[in-house]
Amino acid sequence: MLTRQLLPAALAGLAALLGGACNSRPVTGRLSIAAASDLQFALAEAGKQFHREYRHAEVAIDYGSSGNFYAQIRNGAPFDMFLSADVQYPRLLAQQGLARADSVFIYAAGRLAVWVPSFSSLDPSTALRDPTVRRIAIANPQHAPYGRAAEAALRHMGLYEALEKKLVLGENISQTLQFVQSGAADVGLVALSLAVAPAVRSQGRYWEVPLDAYPKMEQGGVILKDSAVAREFRAWLLAPAGRRLLKQYGFYLPGE
Amino acid sequence: MDWQAIWLSLRLSASTTAILLAAGTPLAYWLAFSRRRWKFLVEAVVALPLVLPPTVLGFYVLLAIGPRSPLGALYGKLTGGMLPFSFQGLLLASVLYSLPFTVQPVAASFAAVDRGLVEASWCLGVSRFATFRRVVVPLSLRGIATGAILSFAHTMGEFGVVLMVGGNIPGVTRTVSISIYDQVQALDYAAATQTSLFLLGLSFTVLALTSAFQRRVWNVWPMN
Repeated sequence: MLTRQLLPAALAGLAALLGGACNSRPVTGRLSIAAASDLQFALAEAGKQFHREYRHAEVAIDYGSSGNFYAQIRNGAPFDMFLSADVQYPRLLAQQGLARADSVFIYAAGRLAVWVPSFSSLDPSTALRDPTVRRIAIANPQHAPYGRAAEAALRHMGLYEALEKKLVLGENISQTLQFVQSGAADVGLVALSLAVAPAVRSQGRYWEVPLDAYPKMEQGGVILKDSAVAREFRAWLLAPAGRRLLKQYGFYLPGE
Repeated sequence: MDWQAIWLSLRLSASTTAILLAAGTPLAYWLAFSRRRWKFLVEAVVALPLVLPPTVLGFYVLLAIGPRSPLGALYGKLTGGMLPFSFQGLLLASVLYSLPFTVQPVAASFAAVDRGLVEASWCLGVSRFATFRRVVVPLSLRGIATGAILSFAHTMGEFGVVLMVGGNIPGVTRTVSISIYDQVQALDYAAATQTSLFLLGLSFTVLALTSAFQRRVWNVWPMN
C-alpha cells in the first residue's frame, strides 16, 4: 500500500529531476499571461513550478474576465499568452489574425460547484432548494462562462423559474464567490477550482454539480506572441506535470 | 437601449443628491464655521472616498452592510429586508461615495461668505438658523448648486461601487453604467456605444442647463 502511494510520487520526482536536467538548454525570458479568474490559484502554482524547472524563464500573470482581456488584446494589450475561460475568445482572436490559428489549444474544462460559507447552516447539496435562501449568487450569464453553466444547470434541475428572482450576478466568478463569502448572498454557484483552492477550502463547503447538468465548459488558450518560453509553457501545461496540477485544482482535463 | 437601467440611474442619482444636500449641508456648515481643533480629522474623513478605488470601497461597504455586520443585522431586524443587492443599499453606498463631492464645494462656499455679514445679522438679533437660511445660503447658492450637480453626475457615472454591492438585478441595481459594461463584455459594442452616447447626451444637457440656469440666477441677483 505504502509503495503504491510512494511509487508515483517518486517517479514524478525523478521525472522532474530528469526534466530539469534535460531542460538545461536555456529557455530565457518573461512570459506575460492574461488568465481567466477561475485559474487564479492553479496558475499561480503552475507559474512557480514552471519557474523551478526553467530557472531562466519567468511567468507573470494577470487575472480577470475573459471578455475584458479579449477586448484589451484586440486593442493591442501586450500579452504573450491568453488563457480564457472558454474557447470562443481564443478562436475569435485567431480568426482576426491576432494569434496564429494553429496555436489555439484546449487545456482544461471548468467544473461547477454549489458553495456555502462555513458559518452557514445550509447543506450545499440541498441549499438551492432551501426555502430560507434569499439570495443566490451566480456569474453573469451574459458574458461569464460559469454564469452560462450555472443558468443551464438551474434549468436542468428545473429550478430556474422558481429561483430567478433570487439571483444576483457577479461580474466574474471570483466576485461571485465574494458575494457569498461576505454573507450578502446565502449560496453561490462558483468554479470548483475556487472552492477547492487552499485559500478558500477552509472557509466553506461545496457540492459539485453533476456534469450532465450543463454543457461542457472547455477552456482554451492561445499564444499571442510566439516565443520559446510561450511554447515551452504551453507544452508544460499540456504535459503530465501541468495536467496533474490542473486536476488537483479542480479542473477536468481535455480528453477526459 | 436599456431604459430600465437609465431610469434607475436617474432615480438613484436624484435620491443620492437629495440625501446629500440634506445631510451634507449641516456637515459643511460645521466644517466651515467650527473652531474645533480636531476639525481637520473630520475633513480628512470626508475626503477619504476620493482616495479608495471604487471597487475597494464597494467591497468594504458590502462587508459593512451585509447581514453579518452589526449595521446589516440591525437593518434586518428593523425592516426584515437586506441592504446588499437592494436599492437602499445602493443608495447608502452612493451617498458615502459622493460625500466629498457635495460637502467640499458647499463648505468652501460657506467659508467664503463674509463673516461681517453673518455677525451683523447675529447682532441684529436674528437667530443662527435664520441667519443661515437668509444670509449664508443665498450667498452660497452657487457652491450648493455645484455640490448638487457634481454629486448627481458622479452617481450617474458610478460603476465600481455598484458592481460590488449591487448584484446586477434588473430594475433594482442594474444601473446604466453596469448595463453598458455588460454589453461591452458580451461583445455587443454597438448597443454599448448607443447607450453611452445617450448617457453622454443626457448628462451634457442636464449639466449645460444647470450651468445656464445658475448663470441667470447670478445675473438677476448679483450677490458677491
